[in-house]
Amino acid sequence: MHELSITESILEIALRHAAGRRVASVHLVIGELSSYVDESIQLFWQELTRGTLAEDAVLRFAREPGELLCVDCGRQFPVRTPDFVCPHCQSGSAVPATGKDCYVDSIEVFE
Amino acid sequence: MNPIRIPVVEKVLSANDSVAAETRARLDAQGIFSLNLMASPGAGKTSLVERTARALKDSLPVGMVNGDTSEAAFDAERSQRAGALSVHINTGGKCHLEAAMVRDALKLLPLEQIRLLIIENVGNLVCPSAWQLGAHRSVLIASIPEGDDKPYKYPKMYSGVDVLIINKIDLLPYVDFRMDYFRRGVETLNPGLITFPVSCRTGEGLDAWLDWLRSRAA
Repeated sequence: MHELSITESILEIALRHAAGRRVASVHLVIGELSSYVDESIQLFWQELTRGTLAEDAVLRFAREPGELLCVDCGRQFPVRTPDFVCPHCQSGSAVPATGKDCYVDSIEVFE
Repeated sequence: MNPIRIPVVEKVLSANDSVAAETRARLDAQGIFSLNLMASPGAGKTSLVERTARALKDSLPVGMVNGDTSEAAFDAERSQRAGALSVHINTGGKCHLEAAMVRDALKLLPLEQIRLLIIENVGNLVCPSAWQLGAHRSVLIASIPEGDDKPYKYPKMYSGVDVLIINKIDLLPYVDFRMDYFRRGVETLNPGLITFPVSCRTGEGLDAWLDWLRSRAA
């Protein structure tokens, strides 16, 4: 259920930056680790934008993969890798690298 | 008519984070140390609050904000009986607490009587990690019966907390829980994480947790 709050925030940000203009599209970057479901956001978006300047605006999702960085060989691998063992060198030492972000990257508006 | 592009680059939860920052400033002004307590349902959040409130009530009076998905205020009542001043928040089905809910709940607590504030989040290992509440430290409780694979399955939660409590260690002889495996997952996601193995049932390990709290809240 957290997508409702997320979608409310996205709409608030989009309308604020649009400053009274009609919104054509909203471009989101969502990290894999943030566990937001695109379809749910899309569904809430249709409901919440009704009657606003963002009605009919298209949501575009860019997914940032969740990855770990191997401390030994310096390569990255998916956080979903079993037991966090590096598939390149079998090292068991890794640190989080990417996938936590969740932000509105840009919007498109009609002048 | 072609649309024009406007760069935004704003965190989706930036509004929430601003409210959280206001709450933090308010708590700092009152000299209150605060925790955002997260865990799966049944890991022992309320038991830890009870133990903590009972042990500290004379030296560090405890206030508690309890978030639940229903009207039933069982957890707030339990902590109240243990000596905490508590407020219940019904999240109305939401799976996590948000900064505005906590800000509003704090208006119902006599903050001048409190030195340690514990915000008990909704039982859930996914959603609460995304919402800052304004607390000074985020604390995750893992419990032995949940299994040793949880860091691997919930990396966001484990990588984002400041303190880890491993509860129900009295059950270790009865459960296939590989502590080394569990700890390696935690260490990967959150190197050097402060960890307290405890049993809220027997009281084992709680002194170290309470000492840590006393040293932080002093």
